[in-house]
Amino acid sequence: MTLPMPDPAAATAGQPVAIAVPRRDRTLRRLLKDPTAVVCLSVLTLIALASAAAPLLTSYDPSASDLADALASPGGSHPLGADGVGRDVLSRLLYGGRTSLLGTALATAIAIAIGVPAGLVAGYLRGWFDGLADWVSNLVMSIPAIILLLVVLATVGQSTYLAMAVFGVLMSPGVFRLVRGSVNAVREELYVDAARVSGLSDTRIVRRHVLPVVQAPVIIQAAQLFGIGILIQAGLEFLGLGSTAEASWGSMLNDAFGNIYTKPLLLLWPGVAIAVTVAAAGLLANALTDVLVGGRAAKPRRHRKAATAAVAGATGTGTPADGTTETAEAADITEAAEAADTAGAALRTGEPVGDELLVVRDLRIAYGGSAVVDGVSLAVRRGEVLGLVGESGSGKSQTAFAVLGLLPPEAHATVGALSFGGTELSASGAEAAGDGMLGRRIAYVPQEPMSNLDPSFRIGTQLSEPMRRHLGLSRAEARKKVLALLDRVGIADPARVYAAYPHQVSGGMAQRVLIAAAVSCDPDLLIADEPTTALDVTVQAEVLDLMRSLQKERDMGMILVTHDFGVVADICDRVAVMQTGRIVESAPAAELFADPRHPYTRMLLASTLEDSEPRRPLTATAASEGVDA
Amino acid sequence: MSTVAPAEPAPARETGPLLSVDKLVVDYPGKGRGRPPVRVLKGVSVDVHPGETLGLVGESGSGKTTLGRAILGLAPVTGGTIGFGGRDISALGRKERRALSDDIQVVFQDPYTSLNPALTVGDILTEPLLVTGASDADAGRRVRELLDQVRLPADAGERLPREFSGGQRQRIAIARALTRAPKIIVCDEPVSALDLSTQARILDLFIEIQERTGVAYLFITHDLSVVRHISHRVAVLYRGEIVETGEASAVTTAPEHPYTRRLLLAAPVPDPARQAERRAARLEFAARQQAGAPTDGLSGTPAADEPTS
Repeated sequence: MTLPMPDPAAATAGQPVAIAVPRRDRTLRRLLKDPTAVVCLSVLTLIALASAAAPLLTSYDPSASDLADALASPGGSHPLGADGVGRDVLSRLLYGGRTSLLGTALATAIAIAIGVPAGLVAGYLRGWFDGLADWVSNLVMSIPAIILLLVVLATVGQSTYLAMAVFGVLMSPGVFRLVRGSVNAVREELYVDAARVSGLSDTRIVRRHVLPVVQAPVIIQAAQLFGIGILIQAGLEFLGLGSTAEASWGSMLNDAFGNIYTKPLLLLWPGVAIAVTVAAAGLLANALTDVLVGGRAAKPRRHRKAATAAVAGATGTGTPADGTTETAEAADITEAAEAADTAGAALRTGEPVGDELLVVRDLRIAYGGSAVVDGVSLAVRRGEVLGLVGESGSGKSQTAFAVLGLLPPEAHATVGALSFGGTELSASGAEAAGDGMLGRRIAYVPQEPMSNLDPSFRIGTQLSEPMRRHLGLSRAEARKKVLALLDRVGIADPARVYAAYPHQVSGGMAQRVLIAAAVSCDPDLLIADEPTTALDVTVQAEVLDLMRSLQKERDMGMILVTHDFGVVADICDRVAVMQTGRIVESAPAAELFADPRHPYTRMLLASTLEDSEPRRPLTATAASEGVDA
Repeated sequence: MSTVAPAEPAPARETGPLLSVDKLVVDYPGKGRGRPPVRVLKGVSVDVHPGETLGLVGESGSGKTTLGRAILGLAPVTGGTIGFGGRDISALGRKERRALSDDIQVVFQDPYTSLNPALTVGDILTEPLLVTGASDADAGRRVRELLDQVRLPADAGERLPREFSGGQRQRIAIARALTRAPKIIVCDEPVSALDLSTQARILDLFIEIQERTGVAYLFITHDLSVVRHISHRVAVLYRGEIVETGEASAVTTAPEHPYTRRLLLAAPVPDPARQAERRAARLEFAARQQAGAPTDGLSGTPAADEPTS
């Protein structure tokens, strides 16, 4: 028999990593706004006060028995009746609350007093203490708790508090592991490194950076442990293992059980007391989780290296809107740009005429009322590479995802017209068109190759699956074709990579694999979202060579989303520059680089460092002045 | 590797180097029991002089971040020495190491995880002052000075990092590094997570601060154009070894070592015509490398086909 341990992962909603307690007053205020928390806190306070004030609320001694009153019904001199040996039930309930609450508080305090320091030291300093503490915690966890409690009580004598103290020790490994896990995660954070470089002592770093992160999960777990403690204690006393001298809810249950046929009502009072206390502790733990953990969920992550899933979220809305340096300058350019737009200077006839593969008219995407793509129109011809360039938050990836139909459900997308190869699509893009439109006719190469391969399947399986589905190939045919493809994308040993798991290949190789996957069903259009951003520059050059040759060989249309004008110059035929959800300039690549018309484009091109003189610090600034002029 | 020796251009300097890394070796323990350790740095020697920027270029896995962390005391040193102001700091105790925080500071790559999300910007900036025991008034004054130096509004001190964009966060990180007026700042890819236009502005801020305060930078990056913009001298790191050192203009425009040349030719130019030329030159160079005798260990397997560990 093992104890019902609260799951540390559940205690922090599966994210023990980056939670830190915000200012305490704010946390308390938010807690008091949660009706569940308020009710639970009130109930627990009421129970604690009633127990503490027991001598004022009843004149009966909880252990004084008067056999004349045995099994007396509620009412009269005993408001809740009397038990089997004539003790007052109300008095026992109130005094019993003391034993139960104090005993459980003792157990919880001991679990935390052992688990938190041990977890902090083991997680932060690691080394031999970590190994030893881990070993001890495993040992303690593997001991059947109830049996150990029985042995202790049998040898030392029956004492509720001793039993609960032992129980606290038995629960401490749960706390230890939770704390150690949180500390392990936070000590890898760069701000802890920065604090070390700043010369802070370890104690100070732990107090300042580590403890706040540990605090929330520990508070939540303490509330859970408290509820469990009440139950365990009641169980022990029900079995007659607590001290007989003191009243407790468990011993009341024991007595009531003996009289269950004559006076079943006796079971009700301790039962209600236990149920209400445990429920209040459990619900309070839930409410604490919401307040302490839920409020931190909106931690912004860096956009560029975030997994595609996250990119598919609301990167576009992630840019904080405050009027300091970067945004202020961007705003200047926006104003200048609007002036230029009205003058009709920046928009030129870059749009292709006829033979369009993909046409998008007036695409708009909004998240909760704020627009991230605001009226984008573009077209791609067969055999043409369109570069969609912009900075983070410009809406370039969102545009690509909209065409693919892979926007997250909270995105609200509308489109004037969206057609692909003559077929009209709805605003929900290629995915919704079904019939193998996505994957077969429109393919996608993501930014982060590793996070787009399933780590638990072999690469070969992942590549042949869509072929078998879309092209109806047999297993052997698909394998043959995949090996040929892997060879085509420049992988030296296709058979090895076919049988390898994603973690066994490098990032550059994984991107080649994904490109192979993308072209495996001979798509007409390839949409690549920053396909080389995560790669080293030498690998990037090779991957771009590969994409160019595949595109030429198969006469594919291609949309390349990127922030890098070097990549654009390398591979794109036409360029659309995006700024805050709009295309501000669109032109054939050679023209755009030779004669950028829009101020924003000029500013971006001037920001590239490729031609800057070594240590001539004023070049970039001079360029942005040129924009303002 | 018997290639170009790290040739010191040796202009007449009044003082010796501020930071002098000599034959530094760093091993990381192997993954799993009984596995041999992985040698990340194989005898790296570089010097940084006062007020100078040394650009350290390399691709992923070259060991460039490890070199920075070893100098900061965050990575274990297996062999060799790291000299700072004339004494070896490669094996200091925790306490002695802490005393160095006056002189050596850091700006990390990721402006999102290098700032504690739960602390205000003011608290972050005064963190390095906790050790010196400065008064609250002094600390407050210093925060305002620092915010002004990195062009953030004066009220930024009361706000949380999440209220700032990537570029602004990197300004905060730079301000934190400047708090105690260090002699050298190790900058580990400080602009590579930023947008293009932001990148240029942050680099210029770095340069301006250096010209005003005379701080030296060890500027770690994978980007040759960034390194050319900010560095006086450049060292190129390839698989744990320095393959080329020299003046920034020389190394970034006419490199001698085949690896540096490959790096330069692989960086795309934002101009279609010139990029086409560079691409042709790169393919020709690669073909020559393939055909020629593989004396430099580069022409064999390209880095792309190495499995990640």
